[in-house]
Amino acid sequence: MTVQLDARPPVTPAPHRRRSPSVRLSRLDTRFSPYLYIAPFFLIFGVFGAYPLVYTFWVSLHDWDLLGSDHAFVGAENYTRLLADPDFWHAVVNTLGIFVISTVPQLLAALWLANLLNRRLRFRTGWRMAVLIPNVTSTAAVAIVFGVLFSREFGMVNWLLDVVGLDPVEWKSNRFASWVAISAMVDWRWTGYNALIFLAAMQAIPRDLYESAAIDGANRARQFWSITVPLLRPTIIFCVIISTIGGLQLFTEPRLFHSGTNPIRGGPLRESQTVTMYMFENAFAPHYNFGYGSAVAWLLFALIAVVAAVNVAIIRRLGGRTPGGRAAMGELP
Amino acid sequence: MSRLWRASPLTYLALVLATVTSIFPIYWMFVVASRSSDAMGQLPPPVTPGGNLGANIARLFGNTDAYFLTGLINSTIVAGTVTVSVVLFSSLAGFAFAKLRFRGRNALLLVIIATMMVPTQLGVIPLYLLMTKLNWNDRLPAVIVPALVTGFGVFMMRQYAGQAVSDELIEAARVDGCGTARIWWNVVVPALRPAAAVLGLLTFMTTWNDFLWPYAVLNDPENPTVQLSLRALSDGYYQDMSQVFTGTALATLPLLLVFVLFGRQIIGGIMEGAVKA
Repeated sequence: MTVQLDARPPVTPAPHRRRSPSVRLSRLDTRFSPYLYIAPFFLIFGVFGAYPLVYTFWVSLHDWDLLGSDHAFVGAENYTRLLADPDFWHAVVNTLGIFVISTVPQLLAALWLANLLNRRLRFRTGWRMAVLIPNVTSTAAVAIVFGVLFSREFGMVNWLLDVVGLDPVEWKSNRFASWVAISAMVDWRWTGYNALIFLAAMQAIPRDLYESAAIDGANRARQFWSITVPLLRPTIIFCVIISTIGGLQLFTEPRLFHSGTNPIRGGPLRESQTVTMYMFENAFAPHYNFGYGSAVAWLLFALIAVVAAVNVAIIRRLGGRTPGGRAAMGELP
Repeated sequence: MSRLWRASPLTYLALVLATVTSIFPIYWMFVVASRSSDAMGQLPPPVTPGGNLGANIARLFGNTDAYFLTGLINSTIVAGTVTVSVVLFSSLAGFAFAKLRFRGRNALLLVIIATMMVPTQLGVIPLYLLMTKLNWNDRLPAVIVPALVTGFGVFMMRQYAGQAVSDELIEAARVDGCGTARIWWNVVVPALRPAAAVLGLLTFMTTWNDFLWPYAVLNDPENPTVQLSLRALSDGYYQDMSQVFTGTALATLPLLLVFVLFGRQIIGGIMEGAVKA
């Protein structure tokens, strides 16, 4: 993601030749009105976005629940308990597992799909709409529908497996299978969206690069891997970071994939409980343990930061040095 | 564009497969929604619509656990209010960041970009405590007010205003004695209209879909958003799947309508944002 901060001076007010009160008023206007225009964002975000995030840390240092009015300061106790909590680590593994088996195929498929869409096509807009449509449907609705598609007895997926002679899979009570089903849901929703982002970046690559490569005898596959992919690296990094932030906070899909008793646990043995679900289970019904839940939130925050950094490092390493390969994050001012 | 690679029949075949994969779950949702409740027990599963949609809708609206109609109305109120507010405040702030000079501009813009990277979802616990203090629990302001502004919206409008609003026009308006408020209204707003439309559509869809925060703060089953109605239907002990699917279909329908009408603009917005951002 590159951001060009504007270097050229913005419009300066024209010199006014009127009498002083209106000149003063206009000077006040140009000087202070910008703050007025940006104030709503900072006020509302400050109160309902930034403050809660920071205050989460404060809450996490306390024994804080719904009923007790004295929130005793306990220091790092919530964190030490959490680090020794097998259910927490179970959720971390679930989250990372789902993240890996959803993101890697998703970004590869998106790259491939973008490459298809970047050809001379009839019904160009139609194809683009077709791949984007999963992204605009209701997440909750899709999670419920996939929950049924993957159900044990009458689910369409197991029926298809049966048709081709395979055994049915316990999509909800087998841990790995439930990760796969949830990943399928995530990929169904996001592959087309990422493909359009990649497509936009592909269209910005100058055509003459391909022409000269073709003259040098590079075939299409070679052109794709030696020109397209390296030049897309900033965009790929952008998509990886967005997927990391979103993927590690996964909640709606696994929550609604399960129904029946205690679905917030993600299955009877927490087969697909993500960290956000675990935070929710502790902080809200049934436990209302705000302190412990806040500690989960902060550790998840740390996990996201670490995984995002690792991902960026991996992708930079994979690409090596390439023309125009200044990685996107490096260009953030 | 003539130098684009030619599309082979294989390209089309692959695109058809991708399209079928994209559309099938949505299509099948409407199939089950239009059938009687025993459709779910049939193998092979039915893949053509039946004639029960009207009856299913009637049963859905009569379901006393889901409050589906209330959910639809609430979601319309919430998503509508949030959309208007996000577009308004984003176009104001975007204009200021793109075209006005003020101390701290670049630093504040960086703050806005940073907010797009921060997982604010992790602040739900204090937000919940705050709502308890404000006595907004179980009431719509709890889901409306925190969503009234987004960093994404401000950034998008700032990027668009930078290139769509001409400095000469602003200059000319100033010479004519316009204050910044009038410049915003008479010069900037008309130029921002296309981006404002896309931002509005994206905001509406995101807000309509929002699940985690409403799930945390709206605990009164009689006052849900539509996504919470779906949860109630899906978690019900006695699952009548044709009714559940009627709910998911109706909750998706407004989004599909928006997409069919404005899909081209939405795609344009996503792709332009990708290049510029």
